[in-house]
Amino acid sequence: MTDEQLRCEEVIAHLFAYLDEEMDAARRAEIDGHLQACRGCYSRAEFERALRAKVRELGEKNAPENLRQRLKALLDQF
Amino acid sequence: MDDGDRAFFRAEIERLTNRLYGTALRLTRNSADAEDLVSEAVTKAWASLGQLEDRQAFEKWLFRILTNCFISGRRAAREQVMEKPDDAEQLFSLFERLHQPFLLWWSNPEREFLNKLLREDIERALDALPEGFRAVVILVEVEGYSYAEAADLLGVPVGTVRSRLSRARSLLQRTLWDQAQAAGVIARKRDEEHVHD
Repeated sequence: MTDEQLRCEEVIAHLFAYLDEEMDAARRAEIDGHLQACRGCYSRAEFERALRAKVRELGEKNAPENLRQRLKALLDQF
Repeated sequence: MDDGDRAFFRAEIERLTNRLYGTALRLTRNSADAEDLVSEAVTKAWASLGQLEDRQAFEKWLFRILTNCFISGRRAAREQVMEKPDDAEQLFSLFERLHQPFLLWWSNPEREFLNKLLREDIERALDALPEGFRAVVILVEVEGYSYAEAADLLGVPVGTVRSRLSRARSLLQRTLWDQAQAAGVIARKRDEEHVHD
């Protein structure tokens, strides 16, 4: 196995921690550097990033009128 | 509480209603339960508004209350939720299944998959996760909590959040793959190519 293949495996193993911003700045910079140079890992990171963005969108949904009225009644009481 | 507090609270709740409901719905998987959860959280938030020192932190504080209401309400259910993680089980990756660098020079299968992925596809896949896995994905990916914050909310070590998140993501991606195959978005033949994975 070449050094670059080893590095790709390491980057992929830590990709989610990288995307979750759960690593120190030095490690993050190393992965940034690898992604700038490696098309395969860059593609993978962009895919995971795009999928995460779609999951994050689920946190917003038009509230039903029923709930809005219920909250209005609560707020009027406070 | 004075009129200023009421006006501030009302404005914030009105601004955040869709996000409160969206998050509650993902947690509870049920519209009626989600409405109850949001109402409970808003009531508790009003009752403890005086304890909030920094109004800039209101949003994060409110969602923490929402999450705590859900978790404390499910504490008994949470005990039974976790299958023992199977260390030997290989994690599933949508990217690895989709990426075909030696074929399709003219298109990008990963991008095509994401373009065809509907909101309801992801909702169904997330709702299908076991509760403990679903909760950690919602906390980290939907609500944006750090691993440490999620661990604190769930009452588990940070390492447990990491491992649950890893497993949850694998399951989520596997479900999205299975759903896509069932819908004919992905040919089953591609799955057979990975039979030895």
